[in-house]
Amino acid sequence: MRPTTLIDTTQFELIIDRLTHELIENHRNFEDTVLLGLQPRGVYLAHRIEQKLGRLLPDVPLRCGDLDITFFRDDFRRREKPLQPNATAIDFIIEDQNVVLIDDVLYTGRTIRAGLDAMLSFGRPATVELLVLIDRRFSRELPIEPTYVGKSVDSLDHQRVTVNWNEVTGKDDVELHTQRTS
Amino acid sequence: MSSLSVKHLLGIEPLTREDIELIFRTADEFKEVINRPIKKVPSLRDITVANLFFENSTRTRLSFELAEKRLSADVVNFSASSSSVKKGETLIDTVNNILAMKIDMVVMRHPDPGAALFLSENVNTIIVNAGDGTHEHPTQALLDAYSIRERLDEDFTDRRVAIIGDILHSRVALSNIHCLLKLGAEVQVCGPPTLIPKHIESMGVSISYSLEETLMWADVVNMLRIQLERQGDGNVVKYFPSLREYSMKYGLTAEKLAGAGKPLVVMHPGPINRGVEVTSEVADSNQAIILDQVENGVAVRMAVLYLLASQIERN
Repeated sequence: MRPTTLIDTTQFELIIDRLTHELIENHRNFEDTVLLGLQPRGVYLAHRIEQKLGRLLPDVPLRCGDLDITFFRDDFRRREKPLQPNATAIDFIIEDQNVVLIDDVLYTGRTIRAGLDAMLSFGRPATVELLVLIDRRFSRELPIEPTYVGKSVDSLDHQRVTVNWNEVTGKDDVELHTQRTS
Repeated sequence: MSSLSVKHLLGIEPLTREDIELIFRTADEFKEVINRPIKKVPSLRDITVANLFFENSTRTRLSFELAEKRLSADVVNFSASSSSVKKGETLIDTVNNILAMKIDMVVMRHPDPGAALFLSENVNTIIVNAGDGTHEHPTQALLDAYSIRERLDEDFTDRRVAIIGDILHSRVALSNIHCLLKLGAEVQVCGPPTLIPKHIESMGVSISYSLEETLMWADVVNMLRIQLERQGDGNVVKYFPSLREYSMKYGLTAEKLAGAGKPLVVMHPGPINRGVEVTSEVADSNQAIILDQVENGVAVRMAVLYLLASQIERN
């Protein structure tokens, strides 16, 4: 079945603009705020937001890092193949900072749970918020809710939400794939 | 996404180049982990590892134990000197008794070549060879190659690595040769003729009996320890007339190093006999990466344990 477009390129841009403005509304000059994109796909969103913030607040030093959660996952040895780790790049201290965790899709909440654990091994933040581009509602397996949401989506378990990034596939959009169940 | 082609780490010989590169990529991330404020990740929290050391070891055992603990595995230690091996129990019985206590992985050092292979064929667990007699010491070779890769920007093609000293008794030498050749490096062994095994050139390495010539040839030199304990009873040196003569001909001094006319990377698997294989001046110079090797050892062993553990079926 052909995928349905949930967010087209124009909406995509607008949503990231809105999320960026929401962040400025809450964090003003980002003095004690750091952004952490979750590897692998949250990193694209985090850096996109960082660029937009840089344009809107040219005099503000921003801190944005990449966090890999592979070693903190709870499905180690439940998968067919070992999980391949990605690079973690955090060159700042998160102790007493306001951390904004950033990921592309929030689904079961398990990735974020692992992200929280991974983040804590770098220190004790003052507050933690969660920003996601897509929130797949009603499918949570853990009590985790986002602070900033690009778009909420109602989807079934056998459907798959794919976020395409210009950096990877040459276009920005979000698709809903329905796998045929026979 | 790939996984290892082997179920146990018995040696470098059964590994493919892709396996070695996968271990290196994974070790890169673990190296970052062990430099964090909190150096521990929960990946192996439901795994129990037994370290069985039938032969003395300080750093390998410590390195494995740290690697296991930083992956949150439970660790039990066993050394032959304080066990029923002394009472005449066979190896299979000893290990099966330990496995009956629900152990998931075994890290073993044993004085007999092939002990790890033998065990892997006879007991049902994952075996990591931490040195079997004069056969192989795979994690040492992996960490040596990893340390070279770190210094030489990942590319082994046409890199020249010389292994110098007691090639005959050295499991480190054999594992290193396998590992470096698989990665595409050129390897030369150098030492007194009595300590170079016959037919070693059939592995694809060149042989030199002159340290000075080898230093001119090489980019990296790995100085092996003279294993006095393997040279007959009571430290009788049978393979060369005296330690002093060995050290004069094959000991690495600052002058000989300068004679190479280029900066060489100096490695040593430890423990160093200072003044025999290398002088203190060389061992403490910034050309030596001996302590980097030790640090990398933990990251590489974490990678090996992580990749092997991911193959254990959860029941």
